[in-house]
Amino acid sequence: MPTLITSIFGWGRYPVQTCKLERPERYADLHSGAVSLIARGQGRSYGDAALNENRHVLLTERVNRLLAFDADKGILRAEAGVTLAEILDVIVPKGWFLPVTPGTKFVSLGGCVAADVHGKNHHHEGSFGDHVIAIDLILADGRHVTCSAAENADLFWATVGGMGLTGIIGEVVLKLIPIASSHMIVRHHAAGNLEQLFQHLQNPAIDDRYAVAWIDSLVTGQQLGRGIAMCGHHAAVDELPAGHGDALAIKPERSRKVPFDLPGWALNPLSIGAFNALYYRRAGKKTQPFLTGYDPYFYPLDAIDQWNRLYGKRGFVQYQCVIPDNAAFDGIRELLQELSGSRRPSFLAVLKRFGAQGRGLLSFPMAGYTLALDLPIRDEGLLVLLNKLDGIVLRHGGRVYLAKDARLSAESFRAMYPRYGEWLRIKSSVDPQNRFSSSLSRRLGIGEVTP
Amino acid sequence: MSETVLILGATSAIARATAAAFAVRGASLYLASRDLGELERIAADLRLRHNVEVHFGLFDAEATGTHEAFFQTVIEKMRGLSGVVLAFGYLGDQQAARDFKAGAKVIAANFTGAASILSHSANYFEPLQRGFIIGISSVAGDRGRQSNYVYGAAKGALSLYLQGLRNRLFPSGVRVITIKPGFVDTAMTYGLSGLFLVASPQAIGERIVAALGKSADVVYLPWFWRYIMLIIQHIPEPIFKRLKL
Repeated sequence: MPTLITSIFGWGRYPVQTCKLERPERYADLHSGAVSLIARGQGRSYGDAALNENRHVLLTERVNRLLAFDADKGILRAEAGVTLAEILDVIVPKGWFLPVTPGTKFVSLGGCVAADVHGKNHHHEGSFGDHVIAIDLILADGRHVTCSAAENADLFWATVGGMGLTGIIGEVVLKLIPIASSHMIVRHHAAGNLEQLFQHLQNPAIDDRYAVAWIDSLVTGQQLGRGIAMCGHHAAVDELPAGHGDALAIKPERSRKVPFDLPGWALNPLSIGAFNALYYRRAGKKTQPFLTGYDPYFYPLDAIDQWNRLYGKRGFVQYQCVIPDNAAFDGIRELLQELSGSRRPSFLAVLKRFGAQGRGLLSFPMAGYTLALDLPIRDEGLLVLLNKLDGIVLRHGGRVYLAKDARLSAESFRAMYPRYGEWLRIKSSVDPQNRFSSSLSRRLGIGEVTP
Repeated sequence: MSETVLILGATSAIARATAAAFAVRGASLYLASRDLGELERIAADLRLRHNVEVHFGLFDAEATGTHEAFFQTVIEKMRGLSGVVLAFGYLGDQQAARDFKAGAKVIAANFTGAASILSHSANYFEPLQRGFIIGISSVAGDRGRQSNYVYGAAKGALSLYLQGLRNRLFPSGVRVITIKPGFVDTAMTYGLSGLFLVASPQAIGERIVAALGKSADVVYLPWFWRYIMLIIQHIPEPIFKRLKL
């Protein structure tokens, strides 16, 4: 297969690495047999999960066909290179929605399985892998195997959240959820501090099918962790205003593009602080339920094409961790204190509640609370800060999300992912030569047989 | 009657994009190529995304003996055709110039096979006094260059064939459009060095279908290739033969 040798990067634009890209167009060409190969869909993992420095990267973007859709049962079969955006365009008008969706729809279906992504409904409906009926996995020796919770279950749960390291995900069969309209009913609940915010997220009277909280990461002291819980559900037809027209119609979203890299200083404590204060006041006023499209609720940042350029040329790291329930409040308070003490502002800080841990052996979610921070890279000091955050997460029994990670240590990874040994046994049985590997897997020592 | 279009060589990225652009207009499609497994996937995708009728079947450009029966099958299945898009092509490699066996395959796929299926198509449309034939040739057919002159010669012959066909079918009101794409981001060009101004297959597919609504007979895609090729065609041979192109 022809290869293109070029520098690529993830969504965080850090690190940048030279890789040998292959881009098959036929299903039969999905595996080149290269000795070190990693599949890459839309390149929306943030760090080095879909990079393979000086080695092969298989782009799945052209193997993106929708194959079958049962509109009565809501079961979709598609090639893994298709994006969630393309799927939504087809399923929403027919009354179906994704069972779990991350914060962008410009991700590939295969990536959603490989990272076992979660959404704003994890506390009720689990992660992406929980809704996958089956996958067609292409193994190191080129064989295709069907994996599901019933068939080749070990391999299935090693692949769900397995970061593409067990094989190439070729096809995915997904169970969708029914919706009566393409609209959402959303309600905001302002919280003056972290304690209140946690209370909101735990309060059944406030909670909804989807719940997420935005945190103003710059305030300190009494107001530390102030933010807004944003809870919503798919609107029923009787919740729509009179004369709404076709309940399932999709309103095309206008997208604005960031035309160039913003200078590194553009996002600074002053500008972010001003933005956050304004946002807290404006969004906090929406205390009554309001109607909005699924795009602005689930994918607010998709409206700004290439928003990652806001962080400047050096890129940014998204630090996302989860802390188990019993330690969550203390752990997250400590993380926010450490962050605000560092005077390294996070433009975005998001808190979500997770339900029980799933069966994916390297899956990220566990029962508790997850915090995500976007941190621009200015200097090496950021890595020092992030190592400190790792320490806090570890002390509270939590873990860091590999799909976002660019800098975790192998040692921390082992401590955070206790089911790794079990995963490695399955990986070694299907890929003894460790053909499927990535810059992330080498950095974290994943897949290496010697412990 | 709604539009019914046969796409020959339907698994290429340009063909797939062209099929999608026809599907957006609600056309029923018949996809043909050697790879039935891929056709099945592309057909399913077009049906799901665009709610159109899509059929597919085996077509081997080089097996010219099968073309008449193939064309008949398509006509029956589609209950008539509005148009044909000839999208297959085979670049071959540098060997094609030194080794005639390899070269013959390039000529058979790009020209002989094309001439065969186009003759059946023309004979079908001519008495109907309607229809269109879109042939995807290449800018490589505009001037012979040492890097790919076997491919260029076959595509150049295809361009001439389409030109003659256009002349023949003009009185019958059958449109014959020659498409000459420049560099397009496909499997054929992926990883090649020295490419510039590379267009997406989607953009090319949309322009191909849009060409039906315009009057031009020969369409360079994107448009600026008309001028690039104008310059290349006008370099005097004594100079051109010295260039490394």
